[in-house]
Amino acid sequence: MSQIHVTTSINGDQTEFLCEPDETLLDVLRDRLGLTGSKEGCGTGDCGACSVTVDGRVVCSCLMLGAEAEGHDIGTIEGMAEGDKLHPLQEKFLQEAALQCGICTPGILVAAKALLEHNPAPTEEETRYWLAGNLCRCTGYDKIIRAVMDTAEDMRRAS
Amino acid sequence: MRYEAPTTVDAAVEFLASQSGDCHMLAGGTDLLVKLRSEMIEPDAILDIKRIEGMKDITAENGGWRIGAAVSGAEMNEHEALCAAWPGVVEAVGLIGSTQIQGRATLAGNLCNGSPAADSVPAMLAADAIVRIAGPGGVRDVPVGEIPEGPGKTSLKANEFIASIFLPERPARSSDAYLRFIPRTEMDIAVVGCGVSLQLDESGKVARARVALGAVGPKVTLVPEAATAIEGSTLDDAAQAALTAACTSAASPIDDKRGTIAFRKHVAGVLGRRAAKIAFERAGGAA
Repeated sequence: MSQIHVTTSINGDQTEFLCEPDETLLDVLRDRLGLTGSKEGCGTGDCGACSVTVDGRVVCSCLMLGAEAEGHDIGTIEGMAEGDKLHPLQEKFLQEAALQCGICTPGILVAAKALLEHNPAPTEEETRYWLAGNLCRCTGYDKIIRAVMDTAEDMRRAS
Repeated sequence: MRYEAPTTVDAAVEFLASQSGDCHMLAGGTDLLVKLRSEMIEPDAILDIKRIEGMKDITAENGGWRIGAAVSGAEMNEHEALCAAWPGVVEAVGLIGSTQIQGRATLAGNLCNGSPAADSVPAMLAADAIVRIAGPGGVRDVPVGEIPEGPGKTSLKANEFIASIFLPERPARSSDAYLRFIPRTEMDIAVVGCGVSLQLDESGKVARARVALGAVGPKVTLVPEAATAIEGSTLDDAAQAALTAACTSAASPIDDKRGTIAFRKHVAGVLGRRAAKIAFERAGGAA
């Protein structure tokens, strides 16, 4: 198989990589670029642990080929904090213990950040529907939803 | 496996014509990647259509709307004019999968996947959608009902692909709606789905209707008897009862873990009635 040369932007950094034609973006991120924050849960687009943004839109990186990233802006969990300064969602998840094992957390944070960019004042119902594609088998979701709602409120007050 | 991402329809058609092996089209990839990774398919080539001009566009055309084959569900739901013109089609697409799936999944892909339970297909069939197919002889326009042939099967030839889907102009006092039954609130496959599109005359009676059912047969089914049952009525109780009976009678589902035959037939009638009421109210009809 001949490899494909892809030029893309990942978390604002121009990045080039070679990948196989049938290699997913998730495998490229984890195995070729060392960005292991995005997790593989199901590999079929059901669990959301591999969530990344493509041009600002949240997608499952397990359901996208690496080759499709050509020319697009990819955002991963590694780009969420600014240096040592955590994103308000990350802070709030720690403060309110909105995680247990942590496997789903990167995907949930990426999806929640996209939600707040799309809708700074989501209702609980909107938050639950938006995050319905991010499965968590530990928390029962309540703390996650509360942390997202509380962050939204903090961010609205700060702006 | 080869990955090709041409930038013109002609180049895509040429590539397809040059392929002797199994070539699959890639738009949103939410079905294709699952099949690829589970080795249900082992294609020789994948043709990504997203870089072809027009594939990501929603365009007003002759009073209707042309939706490129790579437009995602999220993009449709964010398009205000399209939502106003075809609320039923847009809400049907919006029911497919999660936020992540909505970011990629397409109307054309939902149709090509050939599932009898595809949410957008009954809505498109009710809407008289026209599918534009690109192939070696140029493009041809086909009514959406001619595409599905059975579970996983479509009438598209190996050297063809869907370039866009057209939702035609319709008169004032028209609207549509789509409802499905699933045993949870979100993220599931329709046990029954129903799309209704209708237009009212100046007196507020249903002048023309189209009713389509999903997941209750090997392919999406148009139910002309259900349309006839409400045409000429103000969707009064008698007309609703006749429509319900027509939908229940037209449904020919299988028994499986998601629903029994009796349950699905019953729900087909209930959803037909409810979707018709929603479409009627959206069209400005008075209950």
